[in-house]
Amino acid sequence: MAMTAADRAASTTGRTEAPRQAPARPAIALRDAGVSLGNRWVWRGADASIGEGEFVVVLGPNGAGKTTLLRVLLGLIPLQEGSVDVLGHRPQRGRRQVGYVPQRRALDRDLYVRARDLVSLGVDGTRWGIALPGARRRQQRAMVEEALHAVGASAYADQPVGQLSGGEQQRLLLAQALVTRPRILLLDEPLASLDLRSQAVVSSLVSGIARERGITVVLVAHDVNPLVSVLDRVAYVARGAVTIGRPEEVITSAKLSELYDYPVEVLRDSRGRIVVVGLEDRDSHHD
Amino acid sequence: MTDPAAAVLATSSTFSWNPVADWQALTAHAFMRDALLAGTIAAVVSAVIGYFVVLRGLVFAADALTHIGFTGASGAVLLGLNPIAGLLALTISSAVGIGALQQRLRGRDVVTGMILVEALGLGVLFLRLSSGYSNQTYALLFGDILALSVQNLVVLAVAGAAALLATAAIFRPLLFASLDEEVAEARGVPVRALAIGFVVVVAIAVVAATQVIGALLAVVLIVAPAATAQRLTHRPLLGIGLAVAIALLVTWTGIALAFWLPYPVSFFITSLGAIAWLAVWVPTSRRLGAPARHAAHAHAAA
Repeated sequence: MAMTAADRAASTTGRTEAPRQAPARPAIALRDAGVSLGNRWVWRGADASIGEGEFVVVLGPNGAGKTTLLRVLLGLIPLQEGSVDVLGHRPQRGRRQVGYVPQRRALDRDLYVRARDLVSLGVDGTRWGIALPGARRRQQRAMVEEALHAVGASAYADQPVGQLSGGEQQRLLLAQALVTRPRILLLDEPLASLDLRSQAVVSSLVSGIARERGITVVLVAHDVNPLVSVLDRVAYVARGAVTIGRPEEVITSAKLSELYDYPVEVLRDSRGRIVVVGLEDRDSHHD
Repeated sequence: MTDPAAAVLATSSTFSWNPVADWQALTAHAFMRDALLAGTIAAVVSAVIGYFVVLRGLVFAADALTHIGFTGASGAVLLGLNPIAGLLALTISSAVGIGALQQRLRGRDVVTGMILVEALGLGVLFLRLSSGYSNQTYALLFGDILALSVQNLVVLAVAGAAALLATAAIFRPLLFASLDEEVAEARGVPVRALAIGFVVVVAIAVVAATQVIGALLAVVLIVAPAATAQRLTHRPLLGIGLAVAIALLVTWTGIALAFWLPYPVSFFITSLGAIAWLAVWVPTSRRLGAPARHAAHAHAAA
């Protein structure tokens, strides 16, 4: 499933309305990468190059290793073969340039801690001791305010996180990931368990911020529909391999049906937008 | 064990509405001053650590530690050692085990419950084997703050100070890991080591609270002030401060009530703790309500 260099160069040109040149340096580069957990290969032979500022949606059946891919990029799981570069270095835990929102159900309802504090921990949660007042604290407050504002969460910043809705919590986690001004955002199923409207809101929020700040986004999703208008390329994790390509190459009835081993149909609506049908019944029970 | 205290209590002055006279009466005897000091240490330590116990959902684990502590103390009595030594040794070593198994124990209430009960059963056996000091059994299970030795006070103070310092040192990473373990881990917080370290700190709080109100009731000092405070404020540091204030109020009032009324300290402290929590829980539950939070999956509805 490896891509040729020409394919890769062609596919990094991005959105049809705003074609871009392939960047000189990729934000993320996988070379013949393979990961095994226990004695089973999750996927191997993965070759992919993601340019700076690109918006890549990762699709694939449950258990195919989509989250594993993110954990590799975070430096939480080592590769067994090949190599991976994130912003020119081997992945490493604790990098402020890489923001992460893990997959989750709702936060515990009994978390009686302000939304603002959750975001603030994105800045200093790794420092030992108690936060002392001072210039650094004031600067941190400004960063938190800015991140809350960017995701539109200022209105409920003082409410306890456990009491907020799924969409509100998702914005806060995004704010927490953005607060250190990362260059890469790794988002694991940020649209899962959100209603249609919240899905649209969160996906346009992420793409808006990413475009404005030039952030590279790798977003894992089980339903590509709310993301079709914002993505540059689609990566597929299925059958032990990782494939990356332009949406018109990958989002086809034949390709999707093969990858999911389930009948999938790709339609075009009156405005030429892609709509994927058939995955929903299977994936709405994904947890 | 309770004899000198009981003798003094029997002849103690009656309650007056003069706070100065009452304070003098309350602190006239060494055992009362020691009790107030021990209560203060236990209240502060339990409240601070309890904040994270409640946040991390470790209430049941803390309760199991109290029962294991009882076994440790009764085992120490059997071996002719100081009960507080056995209490500390067994709770801290089991804390390491619980901390290491935490991921796998989450939601395993049956396992925790069985350990808890079996520990209590062993403790009973140890007490009987050591020819059963009924006073000691009573003190271990329900607390005997009026009969604390100076030695125990010193142990309490040192262990309590260590636990507070440790909590302050790991404060931010612990809060981060308590709210959002996965992100904390990705950011470089050593979440596993922190989980184990924190349960050890909980063990120290358990020992402190056990000294005041006994193994069976200790968990109330850890849980009630913290849970009450979390309902009143959503700022972590303010919440911890408030939990300490509530714990001190409950403990001091409990000791004072037991001084003037012929009922045990443990009864007053547990009751006051429960009352404080209920007084906050009932109105805030109504305010926060329980609306239908998550719309059904869009596609399921479509």
